[in-house]
Amino acid sequence: MPRYVMVIDVERCIGCMACIVACKKENNVADGYFRTRVVEEVRGEFPYLRMELRSELCNHCENAPCIDACPTGASHRAKNGTVQIDKQKCIGCKACILACPYDARYSTPEGVADKCTFCEHRLKEGKKPACVETCLGKSRIFGDLDDPNSEVSQLLKKYDASVRLEFAGTSPRVFYINKKFAGGSL
Amino acid sequence: MNLTRRDFLKIAAVTGGIAVAGTPVVKSVLALGKKPVLLPQYVPTTCEMCFWRCGVIAKVVDGKVVKLDGNPIHPNSRGKLCARGHGGIGLLYDPDRLKTPLINTGSRGEGKFKKASWDEALGYVADKMQKIKEKYSAESIALLTHGTVSTYFLHLLQAFGSPNFAMPSFALCRGARDVAFEVTYGENVGNYERVDIQNSKVIVLMGSHYGENAHNSLCQEFAEAVSKGAIVIVADPRFSTAAGKAKYWLPIKPATDLALLLSWINVIINEGLYDKEYVAKYTVGFNEVANSVKEYTPEWAQKETDIPANLIIETARIIGKNKPNVLINPGRHTAWYSDNVQRLRAVAILIALLGSYGKPGGIYLNPSKKLEPVFLSEKDYPEPQKPSINKGNYPFAGEEGVTHSIVKATLTENPYPIKGWFITQTNIMKAMPNQKDTLKAIQKLDLLVAVDIMPYDGVMLADVVLPECTYLERHDDLFTVKEKAFGISLRQPVVQPMYDTKPGWWIAKELGKRLGLDDYFTWNTFEDFLKMKCKAWGIDYSELAKKGYISFPESEKPYITADNEPKFKTPSGKIELYSKELKEKGFDPVPKYTKHEQPQEGWFRLIYGRAPVHTFSRTTNNPSLWELMKENTAWVNAKVAKRMGLENGEYIVLINQDGVKSNKVRIKITERIRPDCVYLVHGFSTTSKLLKKAYLRGADDQQLITRYTIEPIAGTVGMRVNFVKIAREV
Repeated sequence: MPRYVMVIDVERCIGCMACIVACKKENNVADGYFRTRVVEEVRGEFPYLRMELRSELCNHCENAPCIDACPTGASHRAKNGTVQIDKQKCIGCKACILACPYDARYSTPEGVADKCTFCEHRLKEGKKPACVETCLGKSRIFGDLDDPNSEVSQLLKKYDASVRLEFAGTSPRVFYINKKFAGGSL
Repeated sequence: MNLTRRDFLKIAAVTGGIAVAGTPVVKSVLALGKKPVLLPQYVPTTCEMCFWRCGVIAKVVDGKVVKLDGNPIHPNSRGKLCARGHGGIGLLYDPDRLKTPLINTGSRGEGKFKKASWDEALGYVADKMQKIKEKYSAESIALLTHGTVSTYFLHLLQAFGSPNFAMPSFALCRGARDVAFEVTYGENVGNYERVDIQNSKVIVLMGSHYGENAHNSLCQEFAEAVSKGAIVIVADPRFSTAAGKAKYWLPIKPATDLALLLSWINVIINEGLYDKEYVAKYTVGFNEVANSVKEYTPEWAQKETDIPANLIIETARIIGKNKPNVLINPGRHTAWYSDNVQRLRAVAILIALLGSYGKPGGIYLNPSKKLEPVFLSEKDYPEPQKPSINKGNYPFAGEEGVTHSIVKATLTENPYPIKGWFITQTNIMKAMPNQKDTLKAIQKLDLLVAVDIMPYDGVMLADVVLPECTYLERHDDLFTVKEKAFGISLRQPVVQPMYDTKPGWWIAKELGKRLGLDDYFTWNTFEDFLKMKCKAWGIDYSELAKKGYISFPESEKPYITADNEPKFKTPSGKIELYSKELKEKGFDPVPKYTKHEQPQEGWFRLIYGRAPVHTFSRTTNNPSLWELMKENTAWVNAKVAKRMGLENGEYIVLINQDGVKSNKVRIKITERIRPDCVYLVHGFSTTSKLLKKAYLRGADDQQLITRYTIEPIAGTVGMRVNFVKIAREV
């Protein structure tokens, strides 16, 4: 089975927000809800400034607190290793939303938990997630970490990657690289 | 037989033209007794969410557009769309769309609309147009419009007998740049700027904010260049997204960009960093420029620009040493001050000195493709009886016309009265400065017609509103794309028009009919005309309809080589560093610095720009984009805000030098801006109550731009000349 991961090359993000709208249309996400966002982090004082733009989404953690917190098995690990929600099984208790340290989940107007699926339906068709496909800066890179020749494997071999809230021990599958500032600044 | 989902996708081939409602199902599956499967259809067309006009592939399921994606073979999209491109669905299904023709029953501009039939509305317009023609003349009707998409309205106006059209894209946007390059190189840099960013070693952006200005392919190339290690130099009073990618952010004092450019030229000439061979071979007037810039030393420029002289020298050296693979970006919206053309002339001259025109990483050359024009009708337009007023008295004004000349002539009735305005897809209140003048001018009219998709501010002022369908529901004229290779892009309906809306071409043709201009509209549908045009150009229409884009790769000749020498259509046949043409018309033949007024203590210069999720006022009500940015914020420097005791996110109002007060707007307190200016994203705070989501959200920069300058060369406008005070919202 593949091990799907996303690598975010923050240097390449130009903050165009195409990923956000593409995701919403692809997945028919309800008004006012978002499965991904672009965060702006500014450091320094005028005129000595540094800025990082960073896409954030569900980390599809290998050690996923949302799965542990789910009382019904609705949140589960799919065969392809991604974290998914079986909406039929979701009782809307919101335990997963509280358990997620990344604020990646929300409750839909229908009262079920929802989040990024890595566009699982597209993966089955051999396509990349919608956000990756449309990313103007090619800041979002997606692929199989078990394939040593994949772009993600190559990038992670070459650059120091960081993950969000590493101390949380969740082993995220979304990695951040910053080619200019090795080690990243998360 | 067992069909997998992938097989279905194969069957759901790309279709040309409208996806039929009640999408086909696979018959064999039905025969097998399985549940019918709705197959998506994929229809290519051309985007209209901004003016970059990317290739789009619409995914249509059961007559509904569910997704828009970038057309991989279109050079402006390259398989990707920006946020607005994806958000096109929001425009199509915006509940606030104009749905039927409307006639204002109140006084001018009151917006007291009653619903009308097309016959009634068109009859009303044609009748008034005829009356104006009888009482005054055909020239007394003016058209304010926006570009290629309105070819049929431009045609209608000229067939009627008026040459008086104007597009905001000239005087209020790109005009100064185009004129400066035409004077210098004999051609402009194109409407898809011919900037070879992805091959640039150094990228210099003067105010251009790629990323926030989300022109698709340029953004793709910019990110690529940054990733490849290009050195980015950004001169901008605001730390833009692009500045965040820059090695050098030069927080320049607004209105002094020309000082920086001239001092860069000074250093590059003094230190011999220019391309001597290129200059000798292709240019005239080097000595005049060299003499003229002697006074513009880095030390002098430091005082003007606030940029330390050593930094000016350092960046000049980086620019010079990396020649010719340097992009001095000509920008796009250049309507800043009273010397726009001269500022852009300095850009054009610097590019020539670096020898980067026609070189990788600089400005690439036009593709070579000759196509004979195909006219909307064989019949010639009637000779106007009066001189046109649409270019004012500006000797270098472009063919697109100058909007403020129309406003002025309407107000003064000089040289003759203008009594009818036809506005198509142009929000005159948000596009044009000094809203008071616009409102005064429309009171002088006998007829104000608006053709648009949404009830924008300008539409609300109209006597008659003619609802056009969106770009996803209509044909438009072919787009000639001059990227590295020449190409043709098609806009075609992907779904049937919703409500009682009509394509622009239909509106023009029907009006033509009622004005006795049938001979000018001999085609039955616009698609018939497009087919004819394709035939004349040797293009297979059905292939174009299937692919959305056809490229002519043999036309690609981007760089100067021994067998691809450039031809400059200037009087001298060379790049004119010194312009005799300008001199003869009484202007500086080489750019000279003009000092502009700076804000007094307690006042801030109002600057404005773009956000990636909006296209001016046009998208502020789009549900798909509105939710990402519902209102704009006023950017204020952190130290200034602290001194004034302001808190991030609180509502403030801006009051300009003429006492005009903005709507309330949230303050964004940030280190990312100089202390002497305030920044707004353009296009917010619509006064149209029919735009329910966007109504009075944020502050309108254009409302505060009561003052504007006009430069005498081409009539382009300066809109960054207003000063504001910050007050607490009470």
